[in-house]
Amino acid sequence: MFPILSAVILIPLIGALTLLFVPKKSENLIRGITLLTAIIDFAVSLPLYCDFKEGTAAMQFAERIPWIPSWGAEYSLGLDGISLFMVLLTTFSCVVVYLATWTAVEKHVKEFNIALLVLQAAMVGVFCALDFVLFYVFWELMLIPMYLLIGIWGGQRRIYATVKFFIYTMGGSVLMLFAILVLYFQYHAATGIYTFDILKYHSFAMDKTLQFWLFLCFFIAFAIKVPIWPFHTWLPDAHVEAPTAGSVILAGILLKMGTYGFLRFSLPIFPDASVSAAWWVSAVAIIGIIFGAFMALAQDDMKKLVAYSSVSHLGFVVLGTFAFTLRGISGGIMQMINHGISTGALFLIVGILYERRHTRLIAEYGGIAKVMPKFAFIFIIVALSSMGMPLTNGFIGEVMILIGVFEANSVYAALAVVGVLLGAAYMLWLFRRVMFGDLTNEKNKTLPDLSARELTYMAPLIVMIFLLGVYPNPVIRKMDATVANLVATMEKAKVARLAHPAALAANLDMDKKRD
Amino acid sequence: MVIVPPSIDLAAVGPELILTGVASLLLLVGAFFKEQSRALNPWIALTGVIFAAGCASGPLFPHSTFQGMYSADLFAQFFKLLFLLGTAMTILISIKYTVDEQIEHAEYYALLLFATVGMMLMAAASDLVTVFLGIELLSISLYVLAGYTRTRLVSNEASLKYFLLGGFATGFLLYGMALIYGCTGHTNLAKIAYAVSHGSLNTGLLTIGALLLLVGLGFKVAAAPFHQWTPDVYQGAPIPVTAFMSAGPKAAVLAVMIRMFEQSIAFMNVDWIVWIAVLAVLTMTVGNIAALVQTDAKRMLAFSSISHAGYAMVGMAAASREGSSAVLYYMLVYTFMNIGAFGILALVARQNEQRTAMRDFTGFAYKNPGLAFVMTILVFSLAGIPPMAGFMAKFYIFMSAIKAGQNFLVIAAVLNSAIGIYYYLRFAIYMYMKEEAGPSTLPPLRASLGLILALVISLYGVIRLGILPAEYLDFAGKALLSF
Repeated sequence: MFPILSAVILIPLIGALTLLFVPKKSENLIRGITLLTAIIDFAVSLPLYCDFKEGTAAMQFAERIPWIPSWGAEYSLGLDGISLFMVLLTTFSCVVVYLATWTAVEKHVKEFNIALLVLQAAMVGVFCALDFVLFYVFWELMLIPMYLLIGIWGGQRRIYATVKFFIYTMGGSVLMLFAILVLYFQYHAATGIYTFDILKYHSFAMDKTLQFWLFLCFFIAFAIKVPIWPFHTWLPDAHVEAPTAGSVILAGILLKMGTYGFLRFSLPIFPDASVSAAWWVSAVAIIGIIFGAFMALAQDDMKKLVAYSSVSHLGFVVLGTFAFTLRGISGGIMQMINHGISTGALFLIVGILYERRHTRLIAEYGGIAKVMPKFAFIFIIVALSSMGMPLTNGFIGEVMILIGVFEANSVYAALAVVGVLLGAAYMLWLFRRVMFGDLTNEKNKTLPDLSARELTYMAPLIVMIFLLGVYPNPVIRKMDATVANLVATMEKAKVARLAHPAALAANLDMDKKRD
Repeated sequence: MVIVPPSIDLAAVGPELILTGVASLLLLVGAFFKEQSRALNPWIALTGVIFAAGCASGPLFPHSTFQGMYSADLFAQFFKLLFLLGTAMTILISIKYTVDEQIEHAEYYALLLFATVGMMLMAAASDLVTVFLGIELLSISLYVLAGYTRTRLVSNEASLKYFLLGGFATGFLLYGMALIYGCTGHTNLAKIAYAVSHGSLNTGLLTIGALLLLVGLGFKVAAAPFHQWTPDVYQGAPIPVTAFMSAGPKAAVLAVMIRMFEQSIAFMNVDWIVWIAVLAVLTMTVGNIAALVQTDAKRMLAFSSISHAGYAMVGMAAASREGSSAVLYYMLVYTFMNIGAFGILALVARQNEQRTAMRDFTGFAYKNPGLAFVMTILVFSLAGIPPMAGFMAKFYIFMSAIKAGQNFLVIAAVLNSAIGIYYYLRFAIYMYMKEEAGPSTLPPLRASLGLILALVISLYGVIRLGILPAEYLDFAGKALLSF
């Protein structure tokens, strides 16, 4: 069988290697090769969707080669209903991003494109890896190009932002590394086998206290990545300073790694700890949803506004995930895809304005709809999708999450709805301030409308917004079996928790009080 | 009366003999053909190193020779090859440096080789006397090398400081050895172990002896709080010498510690695991925190090398086969990456080491993209970021320590490596992210053949040991089973 996942990881690396031998001066050739690499990679990744078998939670397209036999580490890749869409989202977004960034970056073009391609390979690797060591290698590898992207091609305070990004993420990651190692030896103590195979740990029963601590280590690593309030402070800085391409990839894909981590590691490996932590995780998620929305309302920098909206949106994903219901988790995954598309598109929109005016301050704009009608049309679609308007993808995700959360806890759902309302408020207000009103600023009167290239890369995003909004079934169908399997694991943990004498007693107490 | 000649197996010390021979030859050449041999000296030394490496990778000697004073086992072989690697890389980065600084004497290379012989003796020593012999041969060579750029004041200072404090530390070491000998009546490690476990000895004196040994060795490996000499000496010494000192000699001392503790002190009434763990935490933390605030790249790398010794000691505190083999692997990786990084520093520093500040790396990436790329890979490896070898080495260390139940030690270590990233990243920041204030008037930097060769070796090690580490891990693992 053709090792399709390895191919999807290697193609960008081959592209990056090719670029090393292209002369620095031929910048368009460099951009062309990068784009072509991404298109080939996307094309190669498409069969993943078509050939993906529904109705099974097993890993598909699996590849396995011994890597470090004495440790039990393997080069092991595979996809399930969750990672499938993350990989597709990555290969899809990269095509859009590379096309979008054609003129945005003018210095050190070669280095820039190499960094992008390495980043792409690492991101696909993170979603495919089924071995702890391999996963961790990709997880960290990804930091290097992202660090350079922000640090070299970023704005004024780029060095501060990029160091903060790196140290935050790294701080979380090393704790995860520690937890992985503890887990590894626990598994050996229980079974006598040394293995880093992630799936083997999915059915590994552990002592509850230990589970809690390990869950916490993983949680912090992922919470920083998502980012969940209060670990979010690196995000606005990183987004504001990053070049457009960096922001789109950061929001579109990198942040998903945190929520993906919950689904791949936290829930299935530590089901009991997840269930007992659900209340406080949901609480910080809801705080994040509302806090992010309020912060977004208060921003005068467009990029910062979108960055805080990410904090809010990803709060929904976390909330849905920790509801442990079929709809909550599928909604979470849907929302991960949606957020990748809509927020990616929003950053591109900010980038389009920034390329024309070199400012991101909302106050500098106003009345842009008059000079850029095509742009206005696309902007409003993206804005509506971001706030979850019916017919757009955002609606499907949010509604699924809210239903899923409602099934688990109606209070959480009620609180989360506040976030939806605020989301509409900051998005529409942003749109009004930038696009409507009078054209007061002289500099804005001559802004050119979207070019053919800009339309070309926005078009697929708009198509995806409506496609997923009107007919999400093809996506949900593919992830169903995997999510159902995960929910079954969580149900078992919930039952176990209820069966626990102390919990049982507490429940009885509650019942008595109600009577 | 029949006199039984002691069993002496000269073939077992083949690599040492070759190096000593070549070093003596260099001294003679230096004395008689001073001018003519200048360009040839490094290559003579390098040839010697290659032959010694060939000899060292030959058959092993399962039994210790020289009446149990010397063991040419797999453990010693691993370290000998590691030292030779470090020496070869040092010679390669020295070629241009010594010419620029007008110290291209045969003696410089001869001293490097003598130091290497000292390290080899240490790795193979199974007797306190041999240990001491090796340490002294190494140290005295290093005292001279540290001050080799005679006209530079800091270099003289480095040499003098190193000599005075080093002599003091040797005193501790010797006193410790003397106490142990006094208690057990033996200098042989295996016999000491036997005596300790089979007799009623004065445990108080033994404990003091072991602790004195630990202090002496702690000084040599630059473990905090015995590290005070390190920053000044590392900063003052010529850059290739600093590179040399930071890799091989540390590995040699760790080799001695592993052999000693594995074979003898483990039987003593000393809770040495705790001591090593305390030293490890102190060393990592002090090295990292001090490195954070440095503005001089050379001094920063000096503190970084202190912290790396700390990580290696975490592996020792695991007190297990895995832990020790993780130390072996770590030191191998460290040799590959650190000497490469110092090589680039030597180039950037220019003549007379005028420009070793971090800001002298500004814009390096756009003038020498290839070298900057290599440097980036090396510092990311030093920071322990995958897929570079530095990560695998740390991973192995952490793994062994967790297996031994040293969870808190590992948490201290992982947090330290997160701190460490901050200053390693600064290289990338200066090279890639800062713009030069104005057009530079300095001549462009060109990498010499020696530096390129050294960097190729360095890159190979950093990538190979990071991505496909299995074989080298097995080698390090097997080396531990040999005694």
